[in-house]
Amino acid sequence: MTRAALWRTSTWRTPTWLGRLKKPFGKAERPPRPVNPVKRADRFTVQDLMVEASHGIGGHTGRLVMTTMGTVLGIASLVVTIGFAQTAAGQIARQFDSVSATQVLVQPGKAGNMFGSGTPKTSLPWDAPERVERLAGVEKAGLVGQVDAAGARITAVPVNDPSAPQSAGPPLLAGSAGLLDAVRGSVVTGRFFDAGHDARADRVVVLGTRAAEELGVNRVDRQPAIFIGDRAYTVIGIIDGVQRRTDMLDAVILPSGTARADFGMGSAQELHVRIAIGAGSVVGKQAPIALDPNTPDNFDVIAPQSGSELQQSVQADVNIVFLVLGLIALLAGGLGIANVTLLSVSERVGEIGLRRALGATRREIRAQFTVESVVIGLLGGLIGAALGVFAVVGVSLVQQWTPIIDLPMVLGCAVLGAVVGLIAGAYPAAKASKIEPISALRQGV
Amino acid sequence: MTDSQRPDTVVELIDVTRSFPGPPEVQALKGVNLAINRGDYLSIVGPSGSGKSTLLNVLGLLDRPSVGEFLLDGVRTGALSEEERAALRGRSIGFVFQSFHLLPRRTVLDNVLISTLYSGVPRAERMPRARAALDRVGLGHRLGFLPTTLSGGERQRVAIARAVIAQPRLLLADEPTGNLDAQTSREVMDLFEELNADGLTLVVITHDSAVAERARRGIRIDDGRVSVLR
Repeated sequence: MTRAALWRTSTWRTPTWLGRLKKPFGKAERPPRPVNPVKRADRFTVQDLMVEASHGIGGHTGRLVMTTMGTVLGIASLVVTIGFAQTAAGQIARQFDSVSATQVLVQPGKAGNMFGSGTPKTSLPWDAPERVERLAGVEKAGLVGQVDAAGARITAVPVNDPSAPQSAGPPLLAGSAGLLDAVRGSVVTGRFFDAGHDARADRVVVLGTRAAEELGVNRVDRQPAIFIGDRAYTVIGIIDGVQRRTDMLDAVILPSGTARADFGMGSAQELHVRIAIGAGSVVGKQAPIALDPNTPDNFDVIAPQSGSELQQSVQADVNIVFLVLGLIALLAGGLGIANVTLLSVSERVGEIGLRRALGATRREIRAQFTVESVVIGLLGGLIGAALGVFAVVGVSLVQQWTPIIDLPMVLGCAVLGAVVGLIAGAYPAAKASKIEPISALRQGV
Repeated sequence: MTDSQRPDTVVELIDVTRSFPGPPEVQALKGVNLAINRGDYLSIVGPSGSGKSTLLNVLGLLDRPSVGEFLLDGVRTGALSEEERAALRGRSIGFVFQSFHLLPRRTVLDNVLISTLYSGVPRAERMPRARAALDRVGLGHRLGFLPTTLSGGERQRVAIARAVIAQPRLLLADEPTGNLDAQTSREVMDLFEELNADGLTLVVITHDSAVAERARRGIRIDDGRVSVLR
């Protein structure tokens, strides 16, 4: 087959509008469209756009790496920042032991002065444990307060030895029957006093282990006595394992009724409440009202925060600085993309002119360069997000933490890269679409 | 519809003036009247600055006349929107440039196929047409080559294949032999003549009198005014 014959075999398409042109224009007939439409599938489709854009990007591998670097760094630092904040918050929440999550402390508020201490605004009622224990979520409550022994020495044997050095002796505390449970103490030997001792003002005491050691008491089965001043008190138990008010281990503890009767104790200073996990904020709000419905504000409450509040406050602390750094890196990344896309546009003036001469519209040229920079941004976002996740997981592995990463956040960061590309590509793409074809084509490639 | 039903005149310029607002205002084309018939082979010569580029821009639908009318295949192009002009350009006009303008990182076949992207060639026909066009210019054995590995003459033949694949009504060649030696120039011109003999309407803009003389019709443009040489 000759060349000419081969050429003739391909058909020259005949535009149908020419036929329509020859018809006389009817009144209702609209003028024919001068350029007959092409089937949608044969137009410059999104798929064509993607193929052309990917060729445009793939041309310079080295440059592509350098271009994406800024976005990679920006997105990676964002993911690392947020990932570490989440991981750290989870870590801190775990380190808070169960005691802190299940203890509430109520104290009378102090009328503040400039030295930070002052006279109490109110006092805890003696029936505070009963009042608070009626609240949902409260497991046990107990009062505790210091007893002013008015200089009376606490001794195991009432020896009046003027030559002996004056020793301070163990402190004297008074508590309610529920105190031991409320502060999670345990009885080493003997028993803790109960509500009966309290009500009858029995002269009994319970010793903390260290106080017992100091006083030389280690057994209670023979009903040893200690002397406060010159009054004898029966030791009925020794306690240990206290999680709160650990000074109780050094102290001699009286039932509060006894303290009132013998030492004229005015009021307790602290109400310890053991609560169910998660009840902290509710009990913290309700306890002062139960204690004094008229002026609940007069009590200071220390209640555990709920987990989410804790995490949020930790996140807020960690995030701001690194988030700002990440955004700055991202800004630099965006400028990098804009710069390189601009360079690419000026390098490819010939190609742009050619495409326009081949029938590409300005919009198609703009779309091609926009897609190229969006893809570069998305690529940087994906790589950055992956690196960020690896960094968080790697550090967590070394530190033996549990990595906590919000997956939608990671995907969002990757998409953010594409958005950066979109914004960065807008100006270069607009510039590309304004290139005049013939002057571009005459420059040579 | 057969070819006989088409208007014989592919290009008709009626009193076309193109002026660029100054100051000072420059009239690159002054009242140009030109008709190019189907199957014509026309050369345009003229010194630089004479208005050749402007004429090429107007003929290629890349620029609009300030005054006057340009009819392509009987269509008044002045009334068309930019989008329609781009579509018409892709379908009806083929370009061949002095510096080839092949994409250096795409294969010969890809370079030819690019032309089909914007011109609405049916997808199923694209590949066979590209192969046929490359066979036609004698490069059927170089489909997978990169343009950078081809000689100048071969590159220009790829560009010609790209220009004719959409089966344009008019082929505009802007200094097609400007970057080629005498021997390759002759080969390219031979190819143009063959295409013209097959019915392609051809306009060649050139400095080279040897090239210009091979065209059946010749016009000269001087200071925006056209004079017919033969």
